[in-house]
Amino acid sequence: MEGLHLEYYLVVSAIMFFAGVYGFITRRNLLAVLISIELILNSVDINFALFNRFLFPGQLEGFFFTLFAIGVSACEAAVAIAIIINIYRNIRNIQVKNLQQLKD
Amino acid sequence: MNISIQETVFFALAAVIGLFSILTVTTKRLLRSATYLLFVLFATAGIYFQLDYAFLGAVQLTIYAGGIIILYVFSILLTNQQADEKLERLKNSKVLAGAVAAVAGAGITLFLLLAHPFGPSRLASGEVPVKAVGTALMGTSKYQYLLPFEVISILLLACIIGGIMIARKR
Repeated sequence: MEGLHLEYYLVVSAIMFFAGVYGFITRRNLLAVLISIELILNSVDINFALFNRFLFPGQLEGFFFTLFAIGVSACEAAVAIAIIINIYRNIRNIQVKNLQQLKD
Repeated sequence: MNISIQETVFFALAAVIGLFSILTVTTKRLLRSATYLLFVLFATAGIYFQLDYAFLGAVQLTIYAGGIIILYVFSILLTNQQADEKLERLKNSKVLAGAVAAVAGAGITLFLLLAHPFGPSRLASGEVPVKAVGTALMGTSKYQYLLPFEVISILLLACIIGGIMIARKR
């Protein structure tokens, strides 16, 4: 229990965040972009729980923020996948470069 | 040089997270990408368990690993284009721009968080009781969260209706 400081965990979540940023910029498939967004959201969730546990261990604010963020990201994934499936039904493709109009 | 079991577990989880989150964004096949994301989410749940937030770890396992990944796998298979997913050819300049942005951002962030003094940070011991979580979730006074709970339930309802409306056949 001696060596584990807050910074160790923060480095891990920073690596996860910027892996997500790299994927968000370079991917060209809508589902791959969405997976990168999940990585970013997940790293931020870890940070909320960490700051709560290490700096304010008597309170539960970060805990609940993480809980609600998980719920919101579930919502976001469901609606985004519904939109992507609808796009696939219309243009038979989910590459970003083929998306040029919002309705057919 | 004695390494406690806590540190061993942490370094194993950190290695899994670092390796698989990079593999998630660099692999060419979408289904593998989703599988690596599943490993990252499992390791994140492990970090929550290590922080003694057992309820949060369970929520992470059930919602992310159990729900969202299944949704991703189904939608990847539904929108499967045979050769198209490997055809994701990018110009080198785009890849370079993404790598520069990620590495520069990571460098700045790591420098700032390693230089910033966080004060006495020590992993508090002791499980957070689920009874305290439930009491805080079901009250309206200070540091209690009934209102956000209701708001997110409305949000989930709107999201269910929106998902059905968008994805239904016309």
